[in-house]
Amino acid sequence: MLGTAAGLAREGMRPFVYSFIPFVIFRALEQIRIDICYHDLPVTIVGLGAGYSYGDMGATHHAIEDIAVSRSLPGMCVICPGDPWEVRRAVSALSAHNGPAYMRLAKRGEPVVHGPETRDDFQIGRAIVLQGGGEIALVATSNMLSTAVDAARILESAHGIRPTVVSMHTVKPLDELCIKRLSETCRAIFTIEEHSVLGGLGGAVSEVVASIPTRCAVHRIGVPDRFAHVSGSQAFYREQCGLTPDSVVRRVLESKVDE
Amino acid sequence: MSHPAIDPTELQRAANRLRFEVTRMIADARSCHVGSCLSVMDILVALYGGVIRRDDPSGRDRIILSKGHAAAALYAVLAEYGYFPQEKLRDYLKDGSPFIAHTNTFGIPGVEFSTGSLGHGLSVANGLALAGRMRRLPYRVFTILSEGDCQEGSTWEAAMFAAHHRLSSMVCIVDHNKIQNYGRVDEVLGLAPLDAKWRAAGWATRTVDGHDMGALVEALAAAPFELGRPSALIAHTIKGKGVSFMEDQLKWHYQTPTADEVETARVELMS
Repeated sequence: MLGTAAGLAREGMRPFVYSFIPFVIFRALEQIRIDICYHDLPVTIVGLGAGYSYGDMGATHHAIEDIAVSRSLPGMCVICPGDPWEVRRAVSALSAHNGPAYMRLAKRGEPVVHGPETRDDFQIGRAIVLQGGGEIALVATSNMLSTAVDAARILESAHGIRPTVVSMHTVKPLDELCIKRLSETCRAIFTIEEHSVLGGLGGAVSEVVASIPTRCAVHRIGVPDRFAHVSGSQAFYREQCGLTPDSVVRRVLESKVDE
Repeated sequence: MSHPAIDPTELQRAANRLRFEVTRMIADARSCHVGSCLSVMDILVALYGGVIRRDDPSGRDRIILSKGHAAAALYAVLAEYGYFPQEKLRDYLKDGSPFIAHTNTFGIPGVEFSTGSLGHGLSVANGLALAGRMRRLPYRVFTILSEGDCQEGSTWEAAMFAAHHRLSSMVCIVDHNKIQNYGRVDEVLGLAPLDAKWRAAGWATRTVDGHDMGALVEALAAAPFELGRPSALIAHTIKGKGVSFMEDQLKWHYQTPTADEVETARVELMS
């Protein structure tokens, strides 16, 4: 399917290819790498089932390494929309995008996060700041956006901390300017992703911050480096990995003690 | 749609001349896969010299060399048929040159797609053929497969796809030389009955002596073999064809010819 899409794109078309993430990214990785990316063809790969969206289907259906893998391919654009509005905007942006792209979709009827004031701000490679001015920043991608927004609400109402909240829908090319600004104004950045803590959003943000002289710390909230060997719903796995609003709040509060 | 003026003897002579050219290229570069280049040469010359339509930019026939390790043969044939100057072939495997050991489309006119990992070509060809159908362009898509290609699962996914979608512009040629990297195909992972496999996948098949230029041109020009089906041509070939000490020898999959061996090849191929 990916090779055929490459052939179509080679003849001037702009195919969108769709399947569950493990089957469209991992199984066909070499076709993506050579047929699509090496030839720099405008194929958009749409993967369904971000993170533990198919939690109870087991590890074959989990997608917790896809951002890391796709991000490492030269020329690949990686978009992980955070809510239905971002999906809509991403599709129109990608249909005019001149190169390989991967769009990571969730599955579980994710809520609309963007209100009228931010929903039209979508641009590939530019983060959307939902609220600014905080001394810490919650930077979320993909289906963790609403979790970040909920955590921010709790932090503000229960603990008097109003964090900056950023939707990092494009993991590659990363909005480095946004990260640099955050590292200048915040004491800590918390990356939040339903994805391995290795090589995804947290990895990408760390790579940028590592090259800046700053005291800003990066805390990567995500899936630990291990497979799941027991049955579980998405909510169960999120609980296990600390990917609930309450766990995010706890991580923020603990970090204050550490520093 | 073969050219009326095609003379198989003339093409055969060109193929042998190009066999020597490739042997020299590979010897100069101290590289490998000379045996594969020699086995596929007649197929390439038949296509480029006798079968494909080249004049119409959008309706021109497409050729994908899925067995990308025979890139040197393709480069030599493209130079012979005027896609770029012959002297460019001296850049083969030089640092910074586009002439890579596995087929490279970047910077080499006439190369349809970069290959080198087996099992990719037929799927990409499906995409080209599908696009041709959507845009109502009359071109055919020829894909040259090795036996290694036929051992890849992805090739059979592509075969099913082409048959299911009745892509009759698809023509694949299997360069069936019976030897692969690690030994005889029958010992490594047998393919027999190969034509029956393609037929079962929904393709119309023909079998040909892959070194009989007249028969090759006739068969390739006749595709599609059946209405509404993709066509598979099983070309029985000999690894290292045309150079006596290389013929049917496993070691010439990867061995570099010495200067003396190149000279022997020259005498045998050019006489």
